[in-house]
Amino acid sequence: MNELIEILNDLHPEVDFTTEKGLVTGGILDSFDIVSLISEINEEFDVTIGAAELTPENFDSAETIYALIKAKLDDED
Amino acid sequence: MPFLLLASYAFYFIADPRYLIFIAITTVSTFFAAKAISDKKVSFDVWFKEHKKEYEKEERKALKAKEHAAEKKIFLCCLLFNLGFLAVTKYTNFTIANINNIIGAFGNQGQISFVDLIIPMGISFYTFQSMGYLIDVYNGKFEAQKNLIKFALFVSFFPQLVQGPISRYADLSQTLYEEHRFDWHTVSFGLERILWGFFKKLVIADRILVPVKAIIANTDSYNGFYAFVGAMFYALELYADFTGGIDITIGVAETMGIKVTENFNRPYFSKNIKEYWNRWHITMGTWFTDYIFYPISASQFMMKLSKKSRARLGNNLGKRVPVYLSSFIVWFTTGIWHGASWNFIVWGLGNFVVIMISQELEPFYRWFHSKVNVAGTLGWKVFQIIRTVLIMSSLRMFDCYRDVPLTFKMFGSIFTQSSLSQLSAEVFIGMGITAYDYLVVFIGMLVLVSVSLIQRSGSVREKIATKAAPVRFIIWYGLFMATVIFGAYGIGYSASQFIYNQF
Repeated sequence: MNELIEILNDLHPEVDFTTEKGLVTGGILDSFDIVSLISEINEEFDVTIGAAELTPENFDSAETIYALIKAKLDDED
Repeated sequence: MPFLLLASYAFYFIADPRYLIFIAITTVSTFFAAKAISDKKVSFDVWFKEHKKEYEKEERKALKAKEHAAEKKIFLCCLLFNLGFLAVTKYTNFTIANINNIIGAFGNQGQISFVDLIIPMGISFYTFQSMGYLIDVYNGKFEAQKNLIKFALFVSFFPQLVQGPISRYADLSQTLYEEHRFDWHTVSFGLERILWGFFKKLVIADRILVPVKAIIANTDSYNGFYAFVGAMFYALELYADFTGGIDITIGVAETMGIKVTENFNRPYFSKNIKEYWNRWHITMGTWFTDYIFYPISASQFMMKLSKKSRARLGNNLGKRVPVYLSSFIVWFTTGIWHGASWNFIVWGLGNFVVIMISQELEPFYRWFHSKVNVAGTLGWKVFQIIRTVLIMSSLRMFDCYRDVPLTFKMFGSIFTQSSLSQLSAEVFIGMGITAYDYLVVFIGMLVLVSVSLIQRSGSVREKIATKAAPVRFIIWYGLFMATVIFGAYGIGYSASQFIYNQF
């Protein structure tokens, strides 16, 4: 989770990602941010996130993003 | 529901009976491809759940990959078939013209003749809508529609055939297939919306179109300051025309109890171009984001490219590569989607350049706002709105003049040939409309801005609905009479087609 928070902090240093629950619905992360984010996630966690998974539900908080990464990692096991 | 489908097909038949063949081919091919994918998915999932434990991890992976590949084949066949259809009808002559230009550059030998092709009304809209549905089914967002009549209605629903919006199946199907009983509330709201649309279209758009046409047609006389005026008039005309048309679409659907997605959210109140595109032609923007930008950005190729570019160019510069490349493709596609000609491509790429520059300037803006405390002030907000209007209107000159070198020339003339002597009232009157027309447009614009300002605190229609009956009657009757009396009719005017028809 810490690695993910670090990536997110790089994108928007002004946001508290540990508490924010409306990253997409609240307009904090736009489509550019999401693309940067998935390529960094790919680099850091070695998981590929598909276009169909780029939904507000998956990206609205650090928690949901981390849950997506974890689900991907578990799926590979 | 069959009645609605019949009405939609009749609408097409009246426009041109041949169009029916095109929409029917898209409907049938997408319906059966989506159904095949969906059926395969469901049966595989059921089978996999039962037999999962019989296989090792690697075998399970292979089974899933095999299933996925089979679905992908059907998906790609249908996608390429329909997009190919769209490409052939819309872009064949554009391609021929470009090939001829290249041939001409080498000595004018062997020119290819243009072909006479039918371009069915709204083909881009219904193809995009159908392909969005197919992609969603392929991605497992929902199961395919099992009833061909229901699906045919989703593709051809007549109010949105003319100029969109591009509906999503998940949204439109919610109300499209329900049985609708007469409901005074929705009927009155729908009629009110239709009336508002006609007001924008007839009172503002069609009236201001006359001087716009005059300015475009006489570029030798109307340069400098007039090119700027033309760009401003065109911005107003396009807004009133397109949003008016969408109001009519949404209103017609609403009278039948069907909810169509909103396509505009007061775009000229945006603080930057990125936000503007989130608020203008929303259904097109989200379509391009979800079905082009994200799939390209998240593709295996882009992930590899991202890794390589980070390694070569460093993390900071390297991570921009996928975003920039995907955006470039999206804006090129957006441009050519608007029309098979270079002016639209340059217009699209102009948007790309502006968005990328403002993206890169973000650290500067952050620094600026840390030094100068203007963010949130009314003056700064007004500055941002004026900036948005000016940038978008300048870019739209490519759409207005429809000729790339001419657009650059006219844009340049604003800075080199504008003079105070051009500020002559007589010249404006000479553009085909009278002082009275300008007054009508100005008052219409004031109404438009006032409504937009009221909308900031919620739906205007809901607000009207809470008023006493005589007040509501005066508003409706006033709007109706204003449209009838001040609408652009008669000699010199013709209720022109909606601008977005051609897309």
